[in-house]
Amino acid sequence: MKPEHFSERKVDVDGWQVNLTTYQLGDKWHTKADNVSPGAALVRIVADTREAAESLALARAKKLLSRTQRRL
Amino acid sequence: MSTYAHPEVLVDTGWVTAHTKDANVRVVEVDVDTKAYDEGHVPGAIAWAWNTQLCDTVVRDILPRSQFEALMTQSGINNGTTVVLYGDNNNWFAAWAFWQLKIYGHKDVRIMDGGRKKWLAEGRDLDTTPTKPAPSATPYQASEPDYSLRAYLPQVQQAQKAASAVLIDVRSPQEFSGEILAPPGLPETCQRGGHIPGARSVPWGKACNDDGTFKPLDELQKIYGAEGVSQSKPVIAYCRIGERSSHTWFVLKYLMGVNNVVNYDGSWTEWGNLVGAPVEKGAAKSVGQG
Repeated sequence: MKPEHFSERKVDVDGWQVNLTTYQLGDKWHTKADNVSPGAALVRIVADTREAAESLALARAKKLLSRTQRRL
Repeated sequence: MSTYAHPEVLVDTGWVTAHTKDANVRVVEVDVDTKAYDEGHVPGAIAWAWNTQLCDTVVRDILPRSQFEALMTQSGINNGTTVVLYGDNNNWFAAWAFWQLKIYGHKDVRIMDGGRKKWLAEGRDLDTTPTKPAPSATPYQASEPDYSLRAYLPQVQQAQKAASAVLIDVRSPQEFSGEILAPPGLPETCQRGGHIPGARSVPWGKACNDDGTFKPLDELQKIYGAEGVSQSKPVIAYCRIGERSSHTWFVLKYLMGVNNVVNYDGSWTEWGNLVGAPVEKGAAKSVGQG
């Protein structure tokens, strides 16, 4: 199978930059949310639609990012 | 455009497509775990998980030699195999694996330029069935570990005190300054934030183009040269746990040809937990500002 409709976009989540990478493989959509800087993957989601994959990824990323404290 | 110091350690996605079925080539996707691999991987590639297969899971260390040999043998890799590594996050953990393979003396190891990201963006074939390699018929024999590629804490402490090496902190500017203790969203693994006094801030990603490939040599020379990297002084790269810094170590040693560069894999998780270790806070200063 070949991945199709590959896309990347940056989204602001509560002041943190999140990079959403999405592609379709077969009849499923895969989304990874990473934290841009440094680029570590936060969540990976597989769903039936692009919208579902990206919204779930963002929701989970938001939860993880809420644990990070700014200290300066 | 000038070429890299060791262009033979890089292959492009087209080369990998053409060689995935070669008997003497083993393609390995390396990541912190195998979640990305399980979604789909380069056909014929096997997976290595950094957290369980490339580290000693009891002592904080690289794999002991016997376990490294077992991993290679079970992966169908013999001493003459061409090992091609790739992964997510622009090859962070692939670079870690590269570093470890070089510590144990594997001759022919290469990185797929652009990693998983470029493979996906180009719409190349993905296989969703895990590859189960036949173990190598000849047991793998690692060399004695070459620890000249690695910095341990006492070496870094001495270098910091004497200002005898260029310390390159490859974490994000926010980690460098002490604003955050770990990459956003990830567990905090240190007690103190900031950086090793005197370290220069060169986030690892500065070495990469948007498509995940490495920048050309002249650009790399400008980026790292501006922070004091040259052949005249040893270089120590560090990050939080040593994987981002192995990426920079690869860039400096194999793409730029810096002779004396080591990866401090103890990194901030070690330094930022030490009682009494000197810590500097605040944003990066330009060279000359101290």
